Amino acid sequence: MRYFTEDHEWIDVEGAIGTVGISNYAQSQLGDIVFVDVPADGRELAKGDEAAVVESVKAASDVYSPVSGAVIEGNPALADSPDLVNSDAEGEGWFFRITLSDEGELDSLMEEAAYEAFVAKL
Amino acid sequence: MSINQSGWRPTTPTKGNDAAPTFTGNKALMLEEALIFKIGDATTTGVDFTGFGAPTAADDKLSGLARTAPIGLPGLSEPETVRHYTRLSRQNYAIDLGLFPLGSCTMKHNPRLNEKMARLPGFSDIHPLAPVDTVQGALEVIHQLAHWLVTLTGMTSVAMSPKAGAHGELCGILAIKAALAKRGEGARKVILVPESAHGTNPATAAFAGFAVEDIPATPDGRIDTAALIARLGPDVAGVMITNPNTCGLFECDLKTISDAVHAAGGYVYCDGANFNAIVGRVRPGDLGVDAMHINLHKTFSTPHGGGGPGSGPVVFSEALTPFAPLPFVEKQGEHFVLIEEETAGEHHADSFGRMVAFHGQMGMFTRALTYILSHGADGLRQVAEDAVLNANYVLRSLEDVLHAPFAGAGPCMHEALFSDSNLADGFSTLDVAKGLIDEGYHPMTVYFPLVVHGAMLVEPTETESKAALDQFIGALRSVAERAKAGDASLKTAPHFAPRSRLDETQAARKPILVWKEPAPIAQAAE
Amino acid sequence: MRYLPLTQPDRDAMLDVIGADTIDALFVDVPKDARLDGPVRDLPNHASELAVERHMTALARKNTVAGEVPFFLGCGAYRHHVPASVDHLIQRGEFLTAYTPYQPEIAQGTLQMLFEFQTQVARLLGTDVANASMYDGSTACWEAIGMARRITRKGKAILSSGLHPHYVSVARTMAKYTGDVLDTTTPWLVPDMDIDRLIGAIDDDTSCVVVQYPDILGRIADLRPLADAAHAKKALLIVVVTEPVALGALKSPGEMDADIVVGEGQSLGVGLQFGGPYVGLFGCKDKYVRQMPGRLCGETVDADGRRGFVLTLSTREQHIRREKATSNICTNSGLCALAFSIHMTLLGEAGLRQLAEVNHAGAVAAAIRLSQIPGVELVNTGFFNEFTLKLPVEARPVVRTLADRGILAGVSLGRLYPGEGDLANGLVVAVTETTTAEDVETLAAALQEILA
Repeated sequence: MRYFTEDHEWIDVEGAIGTVGISNYAQSQLGDIVFVDVPADGRELAKGDEAAVVESVKAASDVYSPVSGAVIEGNPALADSPDLVNSDAEGEGWFFRITLSDEGELDSLMEEAAYEAFVAKL
Repeated sequence: MSINQSGWRPTTPTKGNDAAPTFTGNKALMLEEALIFKIGDATTTGVDFTGFGAPTAADDKLSGLARTAPIGLPGLSEPETVRHYTRLSRQNYAIDLGLFPLGSCTMKHNPRLNEKMARLPGFSDIHPLAPVDTVQGALEVIHQLAHWLVTLTGMTSVAMSPKAGAHGELCGILAIKAALAKRGEGARKVILVPESAHGTNPATAAFAGFAVEDIPATPDGRIDTAALIARLGPDVAGVMITNPNTCGLFECDLKTISDAVHAAGGYVYCDGANFNAIVGRVRPGDLGVDAMHINLHKTFSTPHGGGGPGSGPVVFSEALTPFAPLPFVEKQGEHFVLIEEETAGEHHADSFGRMVAFHGQMGMFTRALTYILSHGADGLRQVAEDAVLNANYVLRSLEDVLHAPFAGAGPCMHEALFSDSNLADGFSTLDVAKGLIDEGYHPMTVYFPLVVHGAMLVEPTETESKAALDQFIGALRSVAERAKAGDASLKTAPHFAPRSRLDETQAARKPILVWKEPAPIAQAAE
Repeated sequence: MRYLPLTQPDRDAMLDVIGADTIDALFVDVPKDARLDGPVRDLPNHASELAVERHMTALARKNTVAGEVPFFLGCGAYRHHVPASVDHLIQRGEFLTAYTPYQPEIAQGTLQMLFEFQTQVARLLGTDVANASMYDGSTACWEAIGMARRITRKGKAILSSGLHPHYVSVARTMAKYTGDVLDTTTPWLVPDMDIDRLIGAIDDDTSCVVVQYPDILGRIADLRPLADAAHAKKALLIVVVTEPVALGALKSPGEMDADIVVGEGQSLGVGLQFGGPYVGLFGCKDKYVRQMPGRLCGETVDADGRRGFVLTLSTREQHIRREKATSNICTNSGLCALAFSIHMTLLGEAGLRQLAEVNHAGAVAAAIRLSQIPGVELVNTGFFNEFTLKLPVEARPVVRTLADRGILAGVSLGRLYPGEGDLANGLVVAVTETTTAEDVETLAAALQEILA
């Protein structure tokens, strides 16, 4: 099941494990991504914490964790190929995987259709 | 009549002269230049050491730490060196070549008398730790410049050592922090910064451990005074305000704001980057400012040098004076003394400490003092007037073709602000900027301040003649009209510069920051 | 006023276009109370070039010019011979009066120069990369400590007792505001650097160890054991070099596994200038480049595929990151970096090595000669072009007496470390290629006479 935040992160949840990235809309707004700083394994994040940084040539943006939990791994492929975020933001360009500590937090997130409607109004 | 055709030659070039690429890659006076790592080598040197004494390899005192591996530093002979850097220089735009309308940067003429004075051996060839009796003239230069800066700003004292504007900001903010600590009010953790501020302001406040809160702007481009005053309270340490602000407007409520900030127990930092607009006409001290840095490389004409060195003395109000950093110069009778750590206790017990190794940018002090003495009090006043006049002339001459968001609010100060809002679809500020390059100008400041979409900030400065302004206005009008008409050739401008648009994405994705020997090409099999 | 091209008729015509009656109408936003009705009082009016030149020259004459007397001062600023072409080239208007290269199409001159500078500095320091310069050595040193905090997420820095005391002061000032803990102490007049003390002080909370090489007393040591000890505790080794010419003779800090190397580049191309402007050098290992402060120039291509250079990785900087920037630094020291780079190009590897040899040879000869004076002791066993003498009396009055005789004898440790009685007899003497054998003899004779 995939959820979105108003800050344009997405999270795919399978069991208690979530995979987090930024939305296709977000990458299109950022332009060419040149660098991604993903969180280290084991890092404890609360919902809304600054978890990663994504940089284009002229801007750096913080990526917030959509849920609380412990980071399992950052996407190692982004170190050499930050352009994956441009080419496949909601697939190969994922940022990190996290063990959810409170699945109830997902209730406050949007499902895909709601997010599309949200973006359409921006 | 008889026509002598023996000397005939075509004087009108053929149109569409897309000549074949040249053998060298050069185009007449536009010369390509290789890296020193390509043209130099490790055995060549342009320096002659004859008569410098003999080496003592046999009984060295290097404790077995002699450098044996190759360093990889190419050398060139003097003629090659002069040619290399002369060729490089010709790929730069500069004030010496033309109008440099970079808003908020005050690119004015750099008088050569300044350079000559800074190079007098009595200034250029003295050591910072020389006994103070042997450098009385240097200390007097610092003292005289300090006197001018304090008097022109109507403040109480000045810290001369900060190395640049941002360093000066840090100096001012640290003084505020020290003053709060002395009052036992370390709990004041918030610095208020207007949205239109230069990026160094929030960076500086954050470095000093303050939380930064944005203050919105009003539709006429000024600070929302009511919002600022409403935010004041026991957690607010102070405000950082640029005046004139980065939209080129005078913050007319500054005195009201200062009074309110002081009443609420905070301090007022003024970013003095735009002091050129008001020097000799307004004293920040009369507006309740507690600290302000002065960019000697802006208002006082020391050269920008392709990105520094700058110099950023900070003037202080009486309230912050005790907290100013070391070192500083004092006149005791006819003698100038340098107050450093040793004597700070008696003279300056509350100083927040030292910011740099020595005494600041002496080479910039001699230049700035030379400039100030040249202009005098009357000339500096004229500087501000002409700077403001030139900017308003540009604003009024172009507001019909470019959108000027705040033009209706009255005159601007030293810079004119335009936006990209009436360009053709798909055309941006960047295209206008690059189009200006082909017209032979350095572009204006673009995409700053952030409060205006696609901002174009034009600061002509007072050292431009009316004829120079008229030509620039014509050029910018022409480019703007092309951008409004959707002229596709603008999207690929510049066409006539040493380089076309550069790929910044590639530079940032795979950074190449130093030159490396290319990997050897595999030898063909025998 | 010779720098203002507008004539009165120009001004009147422009006011007409603007639609303002007088210039005062353009200052209408300034509150009435704050408008000055005439030039600022108590300051003189404008002056001719000739008059200004007279004034400034008179001030310059009150100073003792280093090049005109026997001169032995160092301690973070060194007098070297700068070839004439350096000053000529940096005064070309296209370098002198250019701005930061934010429009790369018309700033390739500055950008290529910076790329060459970064490469020269990295090779000299022995680091993978270097930036486009900092304000000076002392601020570069502090920035390195801050960078180590960001990398290690630890906040205790151990500073060598041989680190320049002004650099320590700067770090102390800044640490007050960032919360970094600094372990500092003053040096001892002994032959060896305090490597063992530093190794012993490293613990799990240590972010970095900062060591100067050669140190404030001119001493040198193999830093590899220190690097190993730091790395074992996940701390960084920061090495500070205040005399870059030394690296023409000495192993580079990078070769000894330093993580960050910073320095003062004034020795090459820049000149003494009473302390500024100077040029901070900053290099580090590749893996830390995104935590580096300051501007960086990088290679790329233009739309037509030609090689070109741009400022890059600027998301680290204040104008984008604002309160999250790696540093609040905005300017670098571009023109001084250019002077450094030109001087380095003129020298080349062969010239730099020869210059370093000449410096070292002169210093060795001077150390031998001066330590022959009865009561004078050479503290160092190893050194490059600067060493410390222990006098039988306080050095500070001796320096003053020698200055009265027209000899600038060196830096007394009493000036750098006021109140530290153990150091008061120390005199730091620097010898470069500009020092002649006669200068050394003059100093030796005068010193001997004063101490007799």
